[in-house]
Amino acid sequence: MSPLLTLTGVHTHIGRYHILQGVDFTVPEGETTMLLGRNGAGKTTTLRTIMGLWRASAGSIRLAERAIEKDATPDISRAGLAYVPETMAVFSDLTVRENLVLAARDAALDDTRLAWIFGFFPALKKFWLSRAGTLSGGQKQMLSIARAIVEPRRLLLIDEPTKGLAPAIVGALVECLMEIKRGGTTVLLVEQNFRVAQAVGDRVCVMDNGRIVHAGAMAEFAGDEGLQQKLLGLSLDTHQ
Amino acid sequence: MTAIDSGAALPKRRADFIPALLPVALALAALPFIGSSSTWITLTVAGLSMGMMIFAMASGLTLVFGLMDVLNFGHGAFIAVGAYMAALVLAPLAGWTQADALWSGLAALLPAVIVAMGVSAALSIAFERALIRPVYGQHLKQILVTMGGLIVAEQLLYALFGPQLIALPLPTALRGSIVFGDAAVEKYRLLAVIVGLVIFATLILILTRTKIGLLIRAGVENREMVEALGYRIQRLFIGVFMAGSALAGLGGVMWALYREQVHASVAQELTVLMFIVIIIGGLGSVTGCFIGAILVALVANYAGFLVPKLALVSDILLMVVILLWRPRGLFPVTSR
Amino acid sequence: MMILSGDKPRSLVLSVLLAAVFLALAFAPFLFPGSKPLNVAAKICIFALLVASYDLLLGYTGIVSFAHTMFFGIGSYGVALALFNYGPSWTMIVLGVLIALPLAAVLALAIGLFSLRVQAIFFSMVTLAVASAFAVLASQLSWLTGGEDGRSFQVPPALRPGNRLFEGEIFGVALNGRVVSYYLVFVACLVLFLLLLRIVNSPFGRVLLAIRENPFRAEALGYRIVVHRTLANVIAALIAAAAGALNAIWLHYTGPETSLSFSIMLDILVMVVIGGMGTMYGAVLGAALYILAQNYLQALMGSVSSAAASAGLPLVPGLFHPDRWLLWLGILFILSVRFFPTGIVGRLRQRATKA
Repeated sequence: MSPLLTLTGVHTHIGRYHILQGVDFTVPEGETTMLLGRNGAGKTTTLRTIMGLWRASAGSIRLAERAIEKDATPDISRAGLAYVPETMAVFSDLTVRENLVLAARDAALDDTRLAWIFGFFPALKKFWLSRAGTLSGGQKQMLSIARAIVEPRRLLLIDEPTKGLAPAIVGALVECLMEIKRGGTTVLLVEQNFRVAQAVGDRVCVMDNGRIVHAGAMAEFAGDEGLQQKLLGLSLDTHQ
Repeated sequence: MTAIDSGAALPKRRADFIPALLPVALALAALPFIGSSSTWITLTVAGLSMGMMIFAMASGLTLVFGLMDVLNFGHGAFIAVGAYMAALVLAPLAGWTQADALWSGLAALLPAVIVAMGVSAALSIAFERALIRPVYGQHLKQILVTMGGLIVAEQLLYALFGPQLIALPLPTALRGSIVFGDAAVEKYRLLAVIVGLVIFATLILILTRTKIGLLIRAGVENREMVEALGYRIQRLFIGVFMAGSALAGLGGVMWALYREQVHASVAQELTVLMFIVIIIGGLGSVTGCFIGAILVALVANYAGFLVPKLALVSDILLMVVILLWRPRGLFPVTSR
Repeated sequence: MMILSGDKPRSLVLSVLLAAVFLALAFAPFLFPGSKPLNVAAKICIFALLVASYDLLLGYTGIVSFAHTMFFGIGSYGVALALFNYGPSWTMIVLGVLIALPLAAVLALAIGLFSLRVQAIFFSMVTLAVASAFAVLASQLSWLTGGEDGRSFQVPPALRPGNRLFEGEIFGVALNGRVVSYYLVFVACLVLFLLLLRIVNSPFGRVLLAIRENPFRAEALGYRIVVHRTLANVIAALIAAAAGALNAIWLHYTGPETSLSFSIMLDILVMVVIGGMGTMYGAVLGAALYILAQNYLQALMGSVSSAAASAGLPLVPGLFHPDRWLLWLGILFILSVRFFPTGIVGRLRQRATKA
């Protein structure tokens, strides 16, 4: 498969801290790539740099053939990227509906698409006209993901969607991620929960200290506990 | 995190009505102290009209802050610009302003208002380019540079129009009072109240019913996410900045006609008042600004009647009391 | 100077300039005899101190206060009203100071605790509001303050021009009460300035700098931001009040124009920015340069204006009228903040490190 997103030698500085120190990896089209690593390895910074929310100080980021590392965030978004930040960043003063109206940038809300979303997130239908601020954490996460898929996008960047959520909700999210994947959308997913990563990931990239230290197929990585232990400091037995 | 399932009922968040009731409570509480109900009506209408004018001026200031974290210390300059434009336009229209018919009085004000708002908006583009954009995101420099901008604008107005007070008589048709029972209410103040209510209603409609409004509210809460959804917030910001400056210009026209005089010193004088109002309301909140403006003006009018010396510091005292109760103002805007 | 704080000027040119200002001020009554030059020198001393105390806030703490003239005014009015109401004696000066200083400290503490908790920008807005309310009070409560006219008063006999320390002259200058007053101002300003220099180079000053550089990090390291900023605000207010007291003693007069007006606030801002924020030494250079320029340039503006008027140019006379001093000051201020933010001291030090 041809890569949809390619990062080459990306460096990012935040203030005087050198966070990304030459990140290289590719996200193949139509697959779900997991970005794993310890806390502070630079995963969130990588996603933010791709979105243009931090500026890369060196290196190149390509979406298919187009260089996007110098583009402003709105242009990157319009090139077909959608972003689900770790903080969810739902607009709490706006209703669920209004959140999705804004996310549907190109046209009015599409009923078929909405019905598809309500299929795995029925809560959003139920609280359609409630202020997003009144939703529970899990519901906010659903809304945040719904915003990213309310219109078809080429690439979804999702940052730790299961963080702090109850197991029942995690199940619904995994369902949703699988469904997105089946729809053929490319996903770059940061995830701490290795079970989730294993369930939805096709490929895996592991970060440490601002660099990619391993890239390969998920199946292979999941089978190699020694490698997991070495790269993530965890194994399936100790984690969760 | 507690169990989250889609079927669970949402905790009903009760809407925050207490701040909105404050002006009513204040007005009722003042009544027994003032004694005469006709005086009370006059004072209350005076307070409401003054509050509406301050609201018109300050609404843009609070929105710009909410949206971009930019506090423009030079916002008051656009009030002064509006006031001078009113004087400029109304002078040759003396025929209309001196006519007795209501329509001719209003017809004279219309071009004055349009010119004032247009010139303020146009100048605001230059102000934003020259002073705000270069120091964007640097609070300290932003405060200093926009404050410098206020001084320079004020001095330029003196240089252009002279340092003296310019008289600006109210159109004849808007003079005088309407008598309700034994309470006299000035016509112009009623007009100011109506204009203020129209501005407030329009702003609220835009903010809640249009996509631009949703974007502004979303931007106030999380600028980055609005950009990540593909909207250019810089354009939105300039639009809001221009609209806010135009409203300040309109407020300047209203204020000048209320005082029946024009002077560039209103820029500084009203900056302080606007700051108090938006602090009381909660920085970034239009509704808060509306309530805050009415509160400040009512308190000023009641105090001016009951304890004139206290009126000198009544705004500050009100601000202190409100902040002791709610340290971020009446309607704290989320996330900031 | 350097021994006291260990904070050296760190630039040869800067050291020379500072030494020149110091010597000129120390021997001003002998170097520049006459009442006008002595007035200028005293004003430089007082403003160098006032601006240095403001620098503690703006430069070292990174917060913008618009209430500095209020504290200056409190000191001024404290001494003025004590002397005006109870007669010219040293006791009354002490009494005035003893009333003014605690008042300034309490107000600064209240403003700080009140507005620094939320956001630095809140502080700027609140100080502006409080200061303007104070100015209105001072001009309206005329039974106490004399209103717009202010209060003229007598100083203790030792400080009056008629008083001679001894008969005869030194270097052709009679040592009268004016010279004594000047040295009172000079020494007090010098001592308080050295105190400020000491404060900013103490551990407390370094914490302030750390907070200014990175509030989140400083908070994470366990420094209480609000406490430190409030304390800085209180110290700055106390010294501003002391400068105000000296100003009243020197002028024998206190009124809104000389102590509370917003144009003084702007003067302070211009001096601190031109001199160099966060350097303390910048306050001295900024004050000296600015006050000399003010005395000289305002006259120049007048002549440009009248020349333009006689040449029949439109608008130009208005722009250069001496009353439009603030216009040019404002423009200069904006340009300095934009393009010259480290001020004279910053530039000189930069050059010194490069060389």
